[in-house]
Amino acid sequence: MAQHQPVLLANVNRPDSEKIATYLRYGGYDALRKALKMPPETIIAEVKASGLRGRGGAGFPTGVKWDFMPKDAPVKYLAVNTDEGEPGTFKDRLIVERDPHSILEGVIISAYAIGAHRAFVYIRGEFFLGVKRWIKAISDAYQHGFLGRDILGSGFDLDVSVHRGAGAYICGEETAMLESLEGKRGVPRAKPPYPAQKGMWNKPTLVQNVETLANIPHIILRGAKWHSDIGTEKSKGLKIFCVSGHVNRPGNYELPLGTRLKEIIYEHAGGVRMGRGIKAIIPGGASTPIISAEMVSTPMAFETLQAAGTALGTGAVIVMDETTDMVEVVRRITRFFVHESCGNCLPCRVGGKRMLEHLEKLAAGTGSKQDIEDLEYLAGGIRGRTFCPMGTGMVEPVLSALRLFRDEFVKRV
Amino acid sequence: MDTQNISGSNEGAVVDPAKRSMLLAALYVAQEQTGYLTGDAVHQVAKRLGLTDSEVYSTASFYTLFRMKPVGRHVIQVCEGLSCYLNDGAERVVEYVGAKLGIRPGETTSDGMFTLETVQCLASCGTAPAMRVNDRLYENLSPASIDDILERLMGEV
Repeated sequence: MAQHQPVLLANVNRPDSEKIATYLRYGGYDALRKALKMPPETIIAEVKASGLRGRGGAGFPTGVKWDFMPKDAPVKYLAVNTDEGEPGTFKDRLIVERDPHSILEGVIISAYAIGAHRAFVYIRGEFFLGVKRWIKAISDAYQHGFLGRDILGSGFDLDVSVHRGAGAYICGEETAMLESLEGKRGVPRAKPPYPAQKGMWNKPTLVQNVETLANIPHIILRGAKWHSDIGTEKSKGLKIFCVSGHVNRPGNYELPLGTRLKEIIYEHAGGVRMGRGIKAIIPGGASTPIISAEMVSTPMAFETLQAAGTALGTGAVIVMDETTDMVEVVRRITRFFVHESCGNCLPCRVGGKRMLEHLEKLAAGTGSKQDIEDLEYLAGGIRGRTFCPMGTGMVEPVLSALRLFRDEFVKRV
Repeated sequence: MDTQNISGSNEGAVVDPAKRSMLLAALYVAQEQTGYLTGDAVHQVAKRLGLTDSEVYSTASFYTLFRMKPVGRHVIQVCEGLSCYLNDGAERVVEYVGAKLGIRPGETTSDGMFTLETVQCLASCGTAPAMRVNDRLYENLSPASIDDILERLMGEV
C-alpha cells in the first residue's frame, strides 16, 4: 500500500498550529478562495465524486447528504458536530484543539455549497480548550474576511456561533444534538423527517462531523480523483484511526481506509505491550461489536468490517491483550451506555439497567448460569427495538462478547 | 461567557429568534456564580428566557455538567472509561485520589476544597489514564503526577 503523507493531521504538530497565521502560512483558506469561484452544484458534484463518507460513525456518503438539502428553501442551516464521546475516540478533540481552521474552512465551503448562511458549532461541554479554540478561530476568521458579509468579495454571507453541550453522549446523535442546540433535553427525534427536511427550528439542516468537514478543503484543492484514488472500493480517502488500550504507542494515526488492523496495531501503534498476544479488539468505538484476534488481518474499511460482523464506527481501535477480563470489559461498556441512556424509550432505559445487574453479578462472581441466559435474552430483545441507534450500540458489545468469549462468562458462575 | 464572546465578534449576525436556544449558555453563566444551580438561579434564568422553572429544571437535570448541589472549590473528575481501565487508571486513580483526600466519589472534603467525581470517557483514550480538574484535563496520570497536581491545588490561596 502506498505511503501517504499526513493530510488531515499535517498541521497538528507544528508550533502554534491553532493560530490563523500558521494555518495561512501553509496554504490555509486557499481551498475557500477556489471554492467561492465554483458554482455550488459543482462543489456538491465534486464531493460526491470523491466518495467521501461521514466520519462520525454512520458513514453516510457526504455528497449525497448535501444533495438532500432542498435547493429552494429560503433558510437552511449547517450544524457542526464536535460532540465526540464514543469511548475510544479522540480524533475530533485533536483537530479542534490543534487545527480548528481546517474544520472552519470546511464549514464555510460546505455552507456555500448547500446555500446556508448560518452555522452552529456544537461542542462537548467537557472540551474546555476546544471551546476556546473554536471561538478564537471563528473570531479570527471574521477579522480576515472569511466569515460575515460578502466573504472575500464573493457575495456569500455566513455567520457561525459556538454552543457548548453539557455532558450527554446522546447529543452526538444528530437529532438529539439539534434538540440540545434548541436549548432542550437531548432526546432523539423520530426520523423521518430527516434533518435535511426538518432540522434546527424545523428548517433544513446539514449535520456534519468535524473530521468529515476537515476533509472538504483537501478535496476542493486536490480534486475528487485524488480522494477517490485512496482507499477501497466503498471506503475512500484517509481516516484518522484512534488507537488505545494495550498498545505501546497509543495515538491518532492518519492512514488510508482499507489499512489492515494488524498494520495499524503492529507497525503504527508499536504492537502489544510486553509482547503479549491480542485477545480482543474493538474496531470502531465502544458501540461496535468486539472481534477476536483472528480478525486482525481485516482491512479497516466500511464494507470489510461489516462483512466481518462489526463496523468501522468512528475508527476507534481499542486493543485488549490476552490477560484482559472480558466480563469486566463488557460490564464497563454497558455501565457507560446505561449512564448515557436518555431514558426516552423503555428497551434502552430499563433493558440496559437489567443487563447491567446481571453483568455486575457475573463480574463479582455471584452470578449463575441463569444470569448469562437472561443477559443474552435481554440483549437480543433490545437489539433493533429502540428509538435510536444507541440501544443497538449498547447490546453489540454484550452479544459479541457472549459469542466469542462465552467460556469467560461461564467460568464466573 | 462563550456566547457573549461570539456575539461580540458576530456583529450583524442573524438575531436568534428562539430565546430557548440560549438556555444551556444561560445555565452555564448562572452556575459560574455559585458553582451550582440554586433555585433562585433557575428562577432567574426561567424569567429571562420566558420559560417556567420546571422547564428549566427539566432541561438542566438532563445534563451531567449542571449541578443542583454545592461542590468544592476544585472538582476532580476521574475518567472511568474502558481505555483508562486498560491502562491501570479509572478505579485505581479514584482510589488513589480518594485516599489522599479522605473522600469517596460524590463527596466533598470537610474544608470545602475538593469534590471527587467519576465521569464517562473524556476522549483521552490515547493518553490514558485521564482526569479533569475544574476546566483542565490531565493525561498520562501516574501517582507522582497526581501528587503534583493535588499539592499545587492545595498550595493555591
